[in-house]
Amino acid sequence: MPLENKEFKPKIVAFCCNWCSYAGADLAGSSRLTYPADVKIIRVPCSCRVNPMFILRAFEKGADGVIMCGCHPGDCHYSTGNYYARRRMTLLFSMLDYIGVENGRTRVEWVSAAEGVKFSDTMNSFVEKIYSLGENVRLGDLRCKQ
Amino acid sequence: MQRIGVFVCHCGSNIAATVDVSKVAETALMEPGVVHAEDYQYMCSEAGQAKIAAAIQEKGLTGIVVCSCSPRMHEATFRKAAERAGLNPYMVEIANIREHCSWIHKDMEEATKKAVILMRAAVAKVNLNTPLQAGESRVTKRALVIGGGIAGIQTALDIADAGYEVDIVEKTPSIGGRMSQLDKTFPTLDCSACILTPKMVEASAHEKINIYTYSEVEKVSGFVGDFTVDIRKKARCVDMDKCTGCGVCQEKCPSKKALSEFNRGLNTRSAIYTPFAQAIPNVPVIDREACIKFKTGKCGICSKVCQAGAIDYEQKDEIITEKYGAIVVATGFDTINLDKYDEYAYSQSKDVITSLELERVMNAAGPTHGHLERLSDGKAPKEIIFIQCVGSRCSDDRGKPYCSKICCMYTAKHAMLIRDKYPDVNVTVFYIDVRTPGKNFDEFYRRAVEQYGVNYIKGQVGKVIPQPDGKLLVQGSDLLDNRQILKEADMVVLATAIEPNPDVRKIATMLTASIDTNNFLTEAHAKLRPVESPTAGIFLSGVCQGPKDIPETVAQAGAAAVKAIGLLAKDKLLTNPCTAQSDVLLCNGCSTCENVCPYGAISYEDKEVNDHGIRETRRVAVVNNALCQGCGACTVACPSGAMDLQGFSNRQIIAEVDAICR
Amino acid sequence: MQAIINRAKELLADGTVARVLGWKAGDLPYNPEPAYFETEEELKDFVYNGFCGANLSKYMIEASKLEGKTMVCLKPCDTYSFNQLLKEHRVDRDKAYIVGVGCKGKLDIERIKKQGIKGIESIEGAEISDEAETLKIQTIYGEKTLPYADAMLERCHVCKGKEHMVFDEQIGESKETKDAERFDEVAKIEAMSPEEKFAFFQSELSKCIRCNACRNACPACSCRKCVFDSNKFDSSQKANADSFEEKMFHIIRAFHVAGRCTDCGECSRVCPQGIPLHLFNRKFIKDIDELYGEYQAGEDTDSKAPLTNYTFEDAEPSIVGKRG
Repeated sequence: MPLENKEFKPKIVAFCCNWCSYAGADLAGSSRLTYPADVKIIRVPCSCRVNPMFILRAFEKGADGVIMCGCHPGDCHYSTGNYYARRRMTLLFSMLDYIGVENGRTRVEWVSAAEGVKFSDTMNSFVEKIYSLGENVRLGDLRCKQ
Repeated sequence: MQRIGVFVCHCGSNIAATVDVSKVAETALMEPGVVHAEDYQYMCSEAGQAKIAAAIQEKGLTGIVVCSCSPRMHEATFRKAAERAGLNPYMVEIANIREHCSWIHKDMEEATKKAVILMRAAVAKVNLNTPLQAGESRVTKRALVIGGGIAGIQTALDIADAGYEVDIVEKTPSIGGRMSQLDKTFPTLDCSACILTPKMVEASAHEKINIYTYSEVEKVSGFVGDFTVDIRKKARCVDMDKCTGCGVCQEKCPSKKALSEFNRGLNTRSAIYTPFAQAIPNVPVIDREACIKFKTGKCGICSKVCQAGAIDYEQKDEIITEKYGAIVVATGFDTINLDKYDEYAYSQSKDVITSLELERVMNAAGPTHGHLERLSDGKAPKEIIFIQCVGSRCSDDRGKPYCSKICCMYTAKHAMLIRDKYPDVNVTVFYIDVRTPGKNFDEFYRRAVEQYGVNYIKGQVGKVIPQPDGKLLVQGSDLLDNRQILKEADMVVLATAIEPNPDVRKIATMLTASIDTNNFLTEAHAKLRPVESPTAGIFLSGVCQGPKDIPETVAQAGAAAVKAIGLLAKDKLLTNPCTAQSDVLLCNGCSTCENVCPYGAISYEDKEVNDHGIRETRRVAVVNNALCQGCGACTVACPSGAMDLQGFSNRQIIAEVDAICR
Repeated sequence: MQAIINRAKELLADGTVARVLGWKAGDLPYNPEPAYFETEEELKDFVYNGFCGANLSKYMIEASKLEGKTMVCLKPCDTYSFNQLLKEHRVDRDKAYIVGVGCKGKLDIERIKKQGIKGIESIEGAEISDEAETLKIQTIYGEKTLPYADAMLERCHVCKGKEHMVFDEQIGESKETKDAERFDEVAKIEAMSPEEKFAFFQSELSKCIRCNACRNACPACSCRKCVFDSNKFDSSQKANADSFEEKMFHIIRAFHVAGRCTDCGECSRVCPQGIPLHLFNRKFIKDIDELYGEYQAGEDTDSKAPLTNYTFEDAEPSIVGKRG
């Protein structure tokens, strides 16, 4: 249960592909485009490296939101990785929605290496969404919470 | 258990001003496996690297975490430093506490907390790292240049002069590109053909250069040093070996209604044609859409008149497969489509033309043989209005957000040339800003204004209205005088925005080279690696990377050539050891991984396995490490988790997830 | 049934097959179980009736490693699973002699019991050859009757069809049993509010005891070693406790079989807790059909599976939630 007297600080995991989105995040950084510190980025070679297990694991361990960023469709460094990732994530998110998890807790956004602004805008809007949804109680493993 | 050292960089004040670096280092000591932690002003400096080396040796470190800038910046630096100190370079992980932390957060407490978490995730990962060995791959000593404009020609010449074989693939029937369509060039007003043609000839005569015109890249596979490319050599219907280039076929061809691409559709050409007189190769092609023989089966005049017997209607497209070590993209640009700019009446009046069309009008080989005349009635214009930034610097989706860069200068050139040759013609230029940075550029523009009396008006044109008498009423504003202007003109010239050649998207996809929202190819680093694509072995030459004029294009073409030469000069490249590996005992042999591998790196073998005492022959996946690029698509496709990615293993990523969510 | 036995005897006798994979009677009238028969003698225990729901295609993974051919009895829906396994190189077509057996819908003992019929001693009308539309059930409380359709497994009400996708020969007629829409149940859940959905799955999944029956019966879930048993994801040996573990297991299980699941319904049939596990798999099938075009796993052995395929125009993940 959310503790009402404690200020809610969400845990947000962002999986970013090395070639586009991680570089986009770097550009957001070097352009000093701010977004909340709640977002922590994990670098993966490609969005197709993101296993649904990782996303569920994050929720299990108490993440309040998980976002995956990759190259725009058609621009994947490995040519087809993000296409597979797109289908996988669509199905996974649909399943989470189906079992009653608020679908705002998961997101996929395509961010190129040139889109520092988009990266920071995306993170800002995602964090805002997670704040509005509050603590993740449906998917969190209650036993792992302090 | 690993013995991990954590090194926290201040990056001067870049990190230290927002992140309490010593606290990050202190906290690190409490992490499992961490036996050493320190912070230093510049970890990437020689002194910083020496600290890392010393700690590796003195503390017997088996893994290190550097909390610093992005791994895209200095991962290689720290890996090399670790290697010099005797540590496997893949035992290094970077926690990005600059771009992803100090630069975007303002509150020190918050940023420090985040830096600690990023450090923890990196420590958790490095705890699971294993030493990896880079393999080797060979380098094919041959370069491919896609595009035969001035950028491609210059790149090819430079690479060939260094002693390497180069193939140029050009889509149109001749090399030369946009520059061949220009009349004069700024700021010196040389004749474009006069300076381009010798380069074209040099390229075609060069023993190391092989030119495929009327050809397109169809398929690219492989990777840096070892690309395999399929080139479609479209059927010319003319035997290149037999043709003497006499031109009789073009004269006699009865079909003369096809619009000339070279003259921007302002006049027509024959169905069998060379785009322009100086075309290289000087071998025509048959435009099958326009050719009577292809349309009706009758005609065949060109074949009859050809003394050399070079005409071959049966010719088929040919696919040439060649291996390359490096690929240079030089696909150039086109002007944007003006359909969305109805207000300039481009589609309504023949006397509203683009600047590139004006180049053809002013060129002696153009539709008017170099006479400045209205295309509607052939009359000499007395009043010409130039409109700048048509589709450039545009905030809505009709045009392009960027400055096309060359328009201010070529408009000054056009204005000057017209005033020089036809002093009785009035020239007015509507502009937003005049941008003329570049050697002798501003001087050039001032000459246009001061010496040649070109009338520059700061302001945009709202509408061009064709009048019944054939004149064009131009409605604009003068921002400096703060007044509306209504002016009649005989001709209006639009400085139309340039955009990358539309084919570049297809090519970028084949090359897996990234491309930005405007279809310009992305460079590996905007400042420090401007002629390289982030995809190894792909280099960028000319406007495909961003708007630029001829001198800049030639300079960049040379730079791209040098980068390609640097690659071709190597005999072997070290390959990325972060490749997929299949656990033979877990593999189901189901082929799912094979189906998603973009590189064909996975094959199946029947292998004798010993699974806890059960000996049997199983169909299992085998990864070819030279082909695998480490995307990881197979690792997720694999239901049993047999397929894993070295350097980004399931357990490593899960450890990072756990550390972040802790 | 006798026709199958006779044919089995012939095939064993002439050496075409080394063994027969079918069902033998269990200790109760309604629980026959999969069994191998290697001799004519053993075949006396062979049964094939309305309770032979078990999908035998998965047994062919192991049978493919044995010497000689195996005659395997596959119902129409089982042949989809066999094809899928063939596509994934898990079974050897040359090691199987497939007898496509007729099917008039399989019975669900739990459903019979739920209708108040307990203490069952014998059941009449469950034989494939029976024309009767009604089951006659002798119980310790006397004779009861039940329309056959009211005793069928859920999966038979949404039957994929009576055609065998792969076979060497066919024995017995099959009946059309489909009288409901396959995706109705899924659509009903989709229409719920997030709270209702969560409550529904929470209550269903809280019954899960992680016995792995679903995993064991599922022909698609046939990894040599399950990720939940390996150390590759740090996901093994998790306590079979309440809360998230069960959800994670069932979501990942459904994900791993997405695009491969033929919707044979074995997971739900074997679940001792009666969890409608097919609702997970069928959700993915519905999504795949809607988003990427209709796809029936096991219909053939060479089409590209939805998750190893793509188009440039594929829906974005943001479509979730937008679909109403």
